[in-house]
Amino acid sequence: MSRPLIAQLQRDPRHGQIAAVGMLALAGTIWFGFEMPWWRPVAALAGALATQWIASRMVRLPFDWRSPTITALSLTLLLRTQTWELAVLAAAIAISSKFLLRVGGRHIWNPAALAIVLVTGLRPDAWVSTGQWGVGGWIAVFAVGAGLLVTRRAGRAGVPFMFLAAWAMLSLARAAWLGDPWAVPLHQLGSGALLVFAFFMISDPMTQPWHRGARAAWIVAVAALGFWMQHSWLVTAGPLWGLALLAPMVPLLDRFFPAPRKIWVASRLPELNSLPDQKGATA
Amino acid sequence: MNPILKRLAIATSAIALLAAAPEALAFCGFFVAKGDAKLFNEASKVVMVRDGNRTVLTMVNDFQGDARDFAMVVPSPTVLQREQIHVTENAIVDHLDAYSAPRLVEYFDPDPCQSIVMMERMKTLGAASPIDSLADGRRDKALGVTVEAQYLVGEYDILILSATESDGLTTWLTENGYTIPDGAADVLGSYIKQGMKFFVAKVNLEAHAKQGGGVLRPLQIAFESPKFMLPIRLGMVNSKGSQDLLLYTLTRNGRVETANYRTVRMPTDAEVPVMTKDRFSDTYKALYGHSVGKQGGAAVMMEYAWDMGWCDPCAADPLSADELRELGVFWVNPANSGGNFAPQGGSNVFVTRLHARYDAQSFPEDLRLVETGDRENFQGRYILRHAFTGEMACEAGEQYRQSLPQRYEQEAQTLASLTGWNVNQIRSDMKEYGTDPGEAPQPRPWWKSIWKQ
Repeated sequence: MSRPLIAQLQRDPRHGQIAAVGMLALAGTIWFGFEMPWWRPVAALAGALATQWIASRMVRLPFDWRSPTITALSLTLLLRTQTWELAVLAAAIAISSKFLLRVGGRHIWNPAALAIVLVTGLRPDAWVSTGQWGVGGWIAVFAVGAGLLVTRRAGRAGVPFMFLAAWAMLSLARAAWLGDPWAVPLHQLGSGALLVFAFFMISDPMTQPWHRGARAAWIVAVAALGFWMQHSWLVTAGPLWGLALLAPMVPLLDRFFPAPRKIWVASRLPELNSLPDQKGATA
Repeated sequence: MNPILKRLAIATSAIALLAAAPEALAFCGFFVAKGDAKLFNEASKVVMVRDGNRTVLTMVNDFQGDARDFAMVVPSPTVLQREQIHVTENAIVDHLDAYSAPRLVEYFDPDPCQSIVMMERMKTLGAASPIDSLADGRRDKALGVTVEAQYLVGEYDILILSATESDGLTTWLTENGYTIPDGAADVLGSYIKQGMKFFVAKVNLEAHAKQGGGVLRPLQIAFESPKFMLPIRLGMVNSKGSQDLLLYTLTRNGRVETANYRTVRMPTDAEVPVMTKDRFSDTYKALYGHSVGKQGGAAVMMEYAWDMGWCDPCAADPLSADELRELGVFWVNPANSGGNFAPQGGSNVFVTRLHARYDAQSFPEDLRLVETGDRENFQGRYILRHAFTGEMACEAGEQYRQSLPQRYEQEAQTLASLTGWNVNQIRSDMKEYGTDPGEAPQPRPWWKSIWKQ
């Protein structure tokens, strides 16, 4: 690989994101025994890229493969379906939501999170395997996540940690109230699925409030709602539901807590899952 | 509509109401003893039927001791009505156990000198229940309130208790002559705060005698709860070492897995030495222990996942519609009324057999379960290939004979890697069994197959 090409790849942090999520899926298949039929990544990638291509043509924007690739890999990592058709459908829902459900120049939902919640909520043959990561695999997830943060250079590196801290506080407080031994909350915090969510879902800057304080409050609210759903209803992927349900709050928070939006393009930080010409982001 | 979405639809309109919704949990109790009677809490078997929020639990009682010493405390989601509690027969659970047990299959090599390839003959062995468990040790310490209701169900006296604090429950149990294991009070306290009710099952000696005495029958409860989980923490205070749990789930859509622990498939379809036939129970115990050890102990092993409509090979026949209904599969129509088949062609009951070996260290939390949409069939299946031992008077026969040691060696290696046993010991056992990995078997003298002696 020539030097200019490496430099070019490094310039867009989404390449780092693609590498990280791809490595995670690969590591999961090789070391953690994830069941990964070949059609799952293929269907997700095909569905996401095709939808992006069609939608880009319809709104007359240049086609960008990076954002749908990240969404497809996230779906591959978290969503399990019995059939390939459903995997394609989930990818199509994810990408089209980016084009259709927009407020203030940007999309409302993290595409993968919305697709997972909708598909698993509506179909019995789609589910999230939160247990597959075990509690040892999290080290690898953390390592990759940390690598990702380096790639992303400062910016909103604090988001995953803020979410994890809120979740940890809730777990520990619940255990203290119930009189449970510490092993119980520690086991809950070791969940690989939780780390994947923190580093690869809620960290998406395009679906967070711009204002620093509002963002912090919103992250804590996502953690609290997800935690409540996970414990009172035993919803398998509580954080995902928390994120999907509170995403509509983001445009409201942006309205009541205005903040400068240029930061993303100025420092070349990732516009994860963002449209190629995020006019809203530069406004 | 999926239950989660349904609940969400309600949630948006009545958040306050949901906040007050009761936290409900399912079962898994612990035995309490009167005096210091010796109790052995062996592998617990639980059958869990689940569809939507409806749950039917069947708890097999492996109590071995004097019936008058038996008492079991079980957390339940709500105050149960008389009709929500039932007693069934051990035979049905035994049937489900046999149907889903890991199995050995035998193949017989054809005569290499015959030009026609003979059909393989296959035979299946129903596996004996392959569970070992460590004898438990118990410290007696007191636990216990308001008796909400009292019912006689089969041979059991059921007392429904409500408690507001674990101390109260502890005191009640103690005052009524029960002893409870160390550490149970803390777990009870945690469950009470989660809004749980409890019931105590005792043996009604008169009713038990009318039944003709004998083994206690499984207790069943039916309830509705959004939580799909199995409380195991109370079970752990019963036992010092690790305990085995066999969980059989019967669901409509697909297999069940654990949401907060890894669910791992048992190694399957391995060719093992023929001598395994005589020691399958020991072999499977070692195989299970080794497999779970490889996962660091904190994994639930999946031993079987299959459409209840059939099996291949069958360790036992699939359960009948009547048996399934008895276990609580409420969506199955009684026998002869038809209609128990899903549109895809399979039946509408899917069985999953999960086997956990748990202790407080590797399983600090209760098992949270999730029904998946995965209908792929899976079974723990181990293969025996009998070599052809007849007279072989041809070139191919000689080649076949010379190839056997290599195959035996491979089987020895497989068995060693599955069980963690010493490969040299396996080789020497195999040699004794007549399948020596070190040397090709001598041609069998022609006169050996004349008379059976």
